[in-house]
Amino acid sequence: MGIEVFLGLFTVEFFYATIRMASPIALAALGEVYVEKAGILNLGIEATMLMGAFFGVLGSALSGSAFVGVLTAMAAGMLTGLLFGFLVITMRANQIVTGAALNIAALGMTSFLSRIIFGVRLLPVQVQGIKPLPIPFLKDIPGLGKILFEQTPLVYFTYFMVIVMTYALYRTTWGLKIRSVGEHPRAAETLGISVIRWRYGCVLLGGALGGIAGSILSLAQLSTFVDNMIAGRGFIALAAVIFGRWNPLGAAAAALVFGAADAMQMRVQAFSLNLPSDFLLMLPYLITLIGVIIFRGRAAAPVALTKPYEKEATA
Amino acid sequence: MENTIRLENIVKHFPGVCANDHISLTIKKGEVHALLGENGAGKTTLMNVLYGLLCPDFGQIFLNGEAVEIRSPKEAIEHGIGMVHQHFMLIPVFTVTENVVLGEDMPREPLLDIQQAEQRVKEISHTYGLDVDPKSKVWHLSVGAQQRVEIIKALYRNAKILILDEPTAVLTPSEVDILFKVLRKLVEEGLTVIFISHKLQEVMEICDRVTVLRNGRVVDTVETSETNQSELARMMVGREVFLQFDKEKMTAGEKVLEVKGVSALSDRGVAALQNISLDVHCGEIVGIAGVDGNGQCELVDAIMGLRKIDRGSILIKGKKIKENNTREIIQRGVSCIPFDRHAEGLVKSFSLSEVLMLKEWNNLPFTRHYLFDFNAIRSFSEGMVREYDIRAPGIEVKTGNLSGGNQQKVVLARELSRKPDLIIAGQPTRGLDVGATEYVRQRLLAERARGAGILLISTELEEILSISDRLLVIYEGQIMGEMFTANADLHDIGLMMAGVKRQPDGQIKEMPV
Ligand SMILES: Nc1ncnc2c1ncn2[C@@H]1O[C@H](COP(=O)(O)OP(=O)(O)O)[C@@H](O)[C@H]1O
Ligand SMILES: [Mg+2]
Repeated sequence: MGIEVFLGLFTVEFFYATIRMASPIALAALGEVYVEKAGILNLGIEATMLMGAFFGVLGSALSGSAFVGVLTAMAAGMLTGLLFGFLVITMRANQIVTGAALNIAALGMTSFLSRIIFGVRLLPVQVQGIKPLPIPFLKDIPGLGKILFEQTPLVYFTYFMVIVMTYALYRTTWGLKIRSVGEHPRAAETLGISVIRWRYGCVLLGGALGGIAGSILSLAQLSTFVDNMIAGRGFIALAAVIFGRWNPLGAAAAALVFGAADAMQMRVQAFSLNLPSDFLLMLPYLITLIGVIIFRGRAAAPVALTKPYEKEATA
Repeated sequence: MENTIRLENIVKHFPGVCANDHISLTIKKGEVHALLGENGAGKTTLMNVLYGLLCPDFGQIFLNGEAVEIRSPKEAIEHGIGMVHQHFMLIPVFTVTENVVLGEDMPREPLLDIQQAEQRVKEISHTYGLDVDPKSKVWHLSVGAQQRVEIIKALYRNAKILILDEPTAVLTPSEVDILFKVLRKLVEEGLTVIFISHKLQEVMEICDRVTVLRNGRVVDTVETSETNQSELARMMVGREVFLQFDKEKMTAGEKVLEVKGVSALSDRGVAALQNISLDVHCGEIVGIAGVDGNGQCELVDAIMGLRKIDRGSILIKGKKIKENNTREIIQRGVSCIPFDRHAEGLVKSFSLSEVLMLKEWNNLPFTRHYLFDFNAIRSFSEGMVREYDIRAPGIEVKTGNLSGGNQQKVVLARELSRKPDLIIAGQPTRGLDVGATEYVRQRLLAERARGAGILLISTELEEILSISDRLLVIYEGQIMGEMFTANADLHDIGLMMAGVKRQPDGQIKEMPV
């Protein structure tokens, strides 16, 4: 492909799509940063997002309101988080196995429910989706306005959460407690911090954000549910956490890179360049793989990550 | 003086042991009260009960005459109790101030006002002489400074009663002096201190009264002014102890180990050993004294071929060793009692007999034609259990389920039964009670009498002084000095361990006659 064609890809539309594609990954990754900071690896974000995507559509279909759909998605995400939390925190099950099992279960369950509820049809149901909401004045900023401020409200919610969650993690006593629980839970316990409660809190938060992230993909992008529609973006969110060195801001930045890869893939396909589409579909995942290799090393990872915590164990 | 704390009939069982068996004890306001006892006597358990970390099976706690129930550390903190755990409860990646304020409400909760908190930390550290920089990350700090952070943590929470669990175990002699100064200051300011230790001399020096625990029971509570070290030792162990050993006179034979100008890096990539040289001869014990973390582990790794040497060379029985060839080093007659018996000494999920044959598993008589000879393994294991007095329900028991002392005997049996020419002993009595300690030392002396050369690395100066013939002091990966034990000067060694003093080269004092 010629260099002009390549440069031609970087249009306002491309950057717009980058933000749009990055926001679900960023939101899920933000939640996962908190979960991991508290010492839990939730491999099941994919499941959380899939549940959010499906129940978002269901909520919207039943109520006729996309907003209710998002709330339903959030609730579904939190329930998934709660189940995961119960298994790994209370029952102290292996986090990796539990997360993986949850992914498979959610895939089966959503596909099944989708057939039962919406029936088997040629064209998927269309429900009330979430529409872009340009922000007055801000949208008129040259260049950036169109890219950043003509998005859907859920993208604005993502901006908001990036700021709030970064601030909260490093500038509040809550953030300090969360980090302590993931670094040295026993020390936290000796200071009267309930490890179990904070871990549940983080898993629920991660679930809520994962659910909403899923509904971005279904309600804001397709206005419908398709089997396995998360298609590995949950895992990309996990990679974004590592990429971003367990920092909410970093994870959001990493999500942007993955969003760009996604957007690129769509643009190139639209240009119908002479590239096999399978190769392009691979692009975001390939970038993830390369990113994880470059940003490897565990220095920044919470020390107690994946280690179950037992209360009455004296060292 | 009024009573601050009264514990009545505290009972706490763990599976298989009664860690606290009807313990009653009274602590007076403003005193330094020692809890003295061997490892496993139940000191930590009792204090964890008082601090709300463990729930007692039975018993009552009274604070200032009132019965209280302490169900969590939070409640203990509210009652003005602070505890400095033996294994510090600090978060390495946090700053000093973050560690101090963790879990406490801030004036503008939940906003974290770190500047204001730093100010408070500074005030406390100033008042009590607890010197530490509130902004530095805890993993940068020395062990002594980390301990000061722990004390500040308790004071920040307005502790009136401070529990210190074996606070001196990890300190250099000069750091101990600093700690004692701080403790005296605390008492002056009206605090009560509970000082847990198994070191008699320290207890005599800093404490007003001592409660001696043995096997989960109180032996007695006495005034330090009305007792002495040997009486305390007898109460602690339940019999007379002899920590002085009669060493047979040995003439040192040929060199079994020569370390020549060795430098190596630590796992973190910083210089851990810098130009280290030392020799060990047949029939002698050479001690390496020093505070934990000054290159001792790296030195052992280097000798065992487990660490890359950047400069210098190591010779065993005159032959240079190659790294990554631990198998061959072992076969050449080197035995090693590793620092961490859980991580390196044994496989916790393996049975006693499996662990005993770990180093010789593919040799006769254990293995014949690629198959284990179970009869040979059994009779060997049973012999070892008898010879080393390993208290175990059977040779099939998992070593992880044995007590620390018995685990160490298993390691000892495996390493010594090979009749090695060189023994590298890393903290061989760490965590053992007085009885087991005595046993291990006797064993090492027996090996010396047999003609083995022994390199004894220990942070317990007393251990090195009691059994080694010669000693070297290590500090930040360098040898600070070398001397014969018989004319060692304690004060000098202390200064060398702290890195303050260094012996000029070639100054090893004459062997006394
Ligand atoms: N969490 C636990 N589970 C089982 N046994 C324990 C536990 N904590 C302590 N013990 C046992 O209780 C006894 C007393 O231990 P501890 O209070 O730590 O003694 P000390 O502090 O005096 O060395 C020991 O036999 C020890 O093995
Ligand atoms: Mg203890």
